[in-house]
Order: sequence, then structure tokens, then C-alpha cells
Amino acid sequence: MEVSALSAKFAREDALFNLSARTAAFAVLALFLGVFFFLVVGAWPALREFGFGFFTESTWDPVKNQYGALSPITGTLLTSAIALLIAVPISFGIAVFLTELCPASLKGSFGTMIELLASIPSIIYGLWGLLIFAPLYAEHVQAHLGGWAKSLGPLGVLFQGAPIGIGISTAGIILSFMVIPFIASVMRDVFETVPPILKESAYALGATRWEVVRNVVLPYTKVGVFGGIMLGLGRALGETMAVTFVIGNAYNISPSLFEAGNSIASSIANEFAEAGEGLHVASLTALGLILFLITTFVLIVARLMLSRMQKKTGGI
Amino acid sequence: MKNRIASLALLASLGIGQAFAQSTNITGAGATFPYPLYSKWADEYKKSTGVAINYQSIGSGGGIRQIKAKTVDFGASDMPLKIEELNADGLIQFPAMIGGVVAAVNLDGIVSGQLKLSGAVLADIYLAKITSWNDPAIVALNPGASLKADPITVVRRADGSGTTFLFTDYLSKVSAEWKSKVGSGTAISWPTGVGGKGNEGVAAYIQRIKGSIGYVEFAYAKRNKISFTQLQNADQQWVSPDDPNFAAAAANAKWDAAQGFYQVLTNQPGKASWPITGASFILTPKDPKDSAKALEVLKFFAWTAKNGGKMAEELDYVPIPPTVSAQIEAYWRDAVKVNGAALWK
Repeated sequence: MEVSALSAKFAREDALFNLSARTAAFAVLALFLGVFFFLVVGAWPALREFGFGFFTESTWDPVKNQYGALSPITGTLLTSAIALLIAVPISFGIAVFLTELCPASLKGSFGTMIELLASIPSIIYGLWGLLIFAPLYAEHVQAHLGGWAKSLGPLGVLFQGAPIGIGISTAGIILSFMVIPFIASVMRDVFETVPPILKESAYALGATRWEVVRNVVLPYTKVGVFGGIMLGLGRALGETMAVTFVIGNAYNISPSLFEAGNSIASSIANEFAEAGEGLHVASLTALGLILFLITTFVLIVARLMLSRMQKKTGGI
Repeated sequence: MKNRIASLALLASLGIGQAFAQSTNITGAGATFPYPLYSKWADEYKKSTGVAINYQSIGSGGGIRQIKAKTVDFGASDMPLKIEELNADGLIQFPAMIGGVVAAVNLDGIVSGQLKLSGAVLADIYLAKITSWNDPAIVALNPGASLKADPITVVRRADGSGTTFLFTDYLSKVSAEWKSKVGSGTAISWPTGVGGKGNEGVAAYIQRIKGSIGYVEFAYAKRNKISFTQLQNADQQWVSPDDPNFAAAAANAKWDAAQGFYQVLTNQPGKASWPITGASFILTPKDPKDSAKALEVLKFFAWTAKNGGKMAEELDYVPIPPTVSAQIEAYWRDAVKVNGAALWK
């Protein structure tokens, strides 16, 4: 074959390859926009009917066809906040141990174990939470905290109510177990990007391990650490099955963390199958739209943070 | 050798031919409450006739949506539709089975069937007006029972459900306050309590939480040995949940084909009637596009009326009374028309 003919053939093949790769990439974008479009169209009747009140009203009454999303929204934010409050320090400890303190021979197996934790299906966490964790939590933690609540002054309202082991706080704790592997493995990865020379210099100056972590590792990696936390938050916000098992599924806004509540994802999972036509389905779809917007925002922030980190280190 | 292969091929082709001849598949979707019974019936029906019934228990609301969209051959719902809605969507409706809902409790020192609750007290518990097990209203109904000052934890369904519809319909009938403040439906705005997903979710909460009360379908409660209560019926009699009591409630009801058999069997009169009884309904098109499939649906439910009673009882459900079954067949003859001619003859 002539060289020119051959190069023309290659050019054709290359164009075809480019086109198919581009189509695949755009298909993802189309899917994303398609989901967004479906949610907006589906939610429109509810948003038109209730307007801004949909976000601020707490009544959710399928009998009277009155819907307000305040309870699921607060439940989602509150459980995710509790999850991060617990998961961030623990993940930090895991990551510091793995990168700074752990003997090299154990590093691999510890790392694998954390990743295995991430691969447990969420329904298993839910079952475990309801059948094993909730009774222990009710008897050994809630009962005592409820007793101390009176001596805590105004903070006591956080721990009021019957110790039944099910509610906002239980959901937050179970969620924290689920996001720890995500946050810990991102933190470990970014901690490992710190150039050894920086740490060695600090040690040479007589810094303790904590001082090295505090003054060298954290400042160097803070953007990445924040990105990892946001990644965990994204997962906590959208988690459905595990939360549905232990949150108590009540449209209820209470200062007490022991009370039953609900989250956006759990309400949709519970009600969608039996929802009547019209406003009920539209309101559940509107809940979905809210969750979609929140998680998209959180994940975009996480990605931006992590990519800034990557630019700084030339790839993790 | 050649002969054997040839005969095998012949056999195989015969088999395939047979499979094609019998490949009528009918699809239904809806209520989860009757699902164990419908799948048992479908199993036996396939064995005796070769017709496969594929029933998906996606929930009553989903069943109604699917049959209105005509994506299934029949829909099933625990909440009957009113005649206006049936006419608007060109559907017929008839009951296929009957079951009961029980109040279940977790109390130390109280055995199953011991605790007595009236409808008014049950409503007040679910309205959070009665919050302790030694409330005078409960003690008055249960003299001598060991009731302590423990808090009552109310458990109910988190998902929309026909079981919830029956329970809240009952509370609406026995408590004016419940009716005006809360009302009835498959999903409602609960004044109090924690929600479990499905009968199994509610049962798990009841078994886990001391001092809890909830409601579950009777067949489920019985299989899982959940402790239930007696209730006071419309005739002021104390009754325990059992098949004859569900049947009594159904026997005392007035079934009207002109209303699409619209009937909620809660709080029915009769000495033995269990107050939270309900029928599960089937929805099919009045003027079916695919008349062969529509006929198969009717054949299936005619077969279950004739042969399904024993299977229903084994699973702790109650079959439709024979007089009502005869009424249903007459209704099919009148209501289902293909090109103006009756489909069911």
C-alpha cells in the first residue's frame, strides 16, 4: 500500500476513534442534564403550588395534600453534620497513623482493611445498625446521656426523649462509620504527597511528630484534606438504605438528637412506591431535586479542592 | 444413533411448540399486603393450567398508576377506588381476598392476646394523648394486668401502605378527633411515633423497643409470633384476631357491584367481627384492548374463587365469601365489554 493511502486510512480510523470517545463522554453529560431536567419537570407542580414555602414549611400531610420539605432537609444536614463531626477526627487519626507511625510491614494490610470497610453494602450497615448497634446504643449511651441531660443546662435538650436507640443521632453515627473509609483513604493519599525532605528538615530541627503533622503535613495538604471531607459529606448526604433503617422515619423537627427524624433520601425511598398522583409525587421529586443540587454542589467543591491539590503536587 | 438424535430433535421441537401454545403470560402489579397469597395462587394456577401470572408487589399506589397507564393486565390495591374514579379511567374493580390488621405490643408480663384496647384508647395513643402504659384509660380496660408507668413508643409504617389505610380508616371511624386532625390514607401525617419500612420494619421496631405499640398485618404477626391485643368491635364485643373474625366482618358487609364493590371492612357490625379487617381489590379495564389477556385475568380470579380458599386459609387470609364471588361473576358479565359483547360468558 502507498504511504499516502496508509496515512489516509490511519486518519480515518483516528477520526472514528475520536468521534466514538467524544460521544461516550457527551453521553455522560447528556445523562447528567437529562436527570436534572427530569427532576425539574417532575418537581415543577409542587414548586409552583408551594413556592418558596416548600423549603421552609414543616407540614408533610398526604391526606390534605400539604407538603413542606423542612424536616427532611434539616434531618439530612443534621445527620451528615454528626457524621462528619465523628468521622473527621477518626479519619485524621487513621491517616496520620498510616503515613507517619505505622511500621511499613503493617501499612498494606491496614490500608486494605479500610478499603474493605468502604466496600460493605449500605444495607448491611443499616441491618447491623438496627439490630446490633441500636440496642447497645440505647442501653449503654442514650440511657446515661438522658440521665445527665438535666445537669447539662440548656444543652440538655439535645438528649431528651425515650432511649429507644433509633433517631437522628443513631443515623449520624452509622453514617460516620460509612464515610470514615472514604475520608481516611483520601487523607492518607494526600499526606503521602508531602515531600519527605520537608518532614525530615522539621525532624532535624527537633520537632515532635505532632509538631510535624501540625506545622508541615497539614498546611501542605489542607486543600486535599478539605476535599476528602467534602467527598465524605457527599456520600453521607445521599445515603439512603442505612439511614432509613435507623432514623425513625418521622416528619419531625426537634432539638433533641434522640428523637426520630427523616432525611431527603429516606423519605423518597419510603414513600415513592405508594405515592398518589399529583402533588405527592411532585413533592417527592422536588425533594430529589434539592438533594441533587446539594450533592452536586458539594462534589464540585470537593473536586475543585482535590484538583488544586493535584496541580500543586503534580498528581497524587 | 442418527435416529436418536432425530427423535430428540422432534421431541425438542414439540416441546417448543407446546411452550409457544401456552405462553400466555399475564402481568399484574400492586398491593404488597396480598402478595404472599397471589404468588401462591399463581404457582398452583401455573401447575394446573400452564398460564403464568407474573405479579409484582410494588405497592397499591404503583398498581393503580400501572393499570391506569395500561402497562399491566391487572392492578391490585388495598384501598378501593370510588366509582367515579373507576368510570373516569374505564376500570372495573372487585375484591379478591380478605385479611386483618392487628395491634401489636411489646410489654413485659403481658402475653399475646391478653391486653384489651378500645378503638378510642388506640386513637388516643396514636394522637399522643395517652403516653404511658399505666394511663387510667388503659388500666380501666385491663384490671389486674401488670401495667407500669413506662412510656409508650408508637410505631407505624414509614412507607405508604394499604395496611396503614385500613388502620387509619378504623381510627377515623372510632375517633372524631382522629378524623378531623389526621384522617385516613395509605400515607398520612403522623402526630407521633417512629416509622418502620414494611411489616417487617414495624415488627423489628416493636420487638426491639420495650413499651412499644404498632400495627401489622395478621398473617405476618402470626408467622413471626408477635404479641397482639384484643380490640373492641362495633358491637362492643371483645374479639381476638383470627380468620373466622375476619370472615365475620366480610359477611356482615354490604357488597354493591354498582359501586365497584367499594367497601372498607373496618368497624363492621356483628358480634364476632374483627374491627380492622380489609379486602384487597383487583382493577382491570372495562373495555380491554387485548381481550385474550383480559379473559385470562378473569379466568384466573374465577379459578381462585373456586380453588383458592384452602390456600388462603393456610396463609391466614380469608377467601371472598361464595355469595360475593357469584355477584362478582355477574358483574363481569355486565361490565366488561369487547366491541359491545360481553367478554365473560
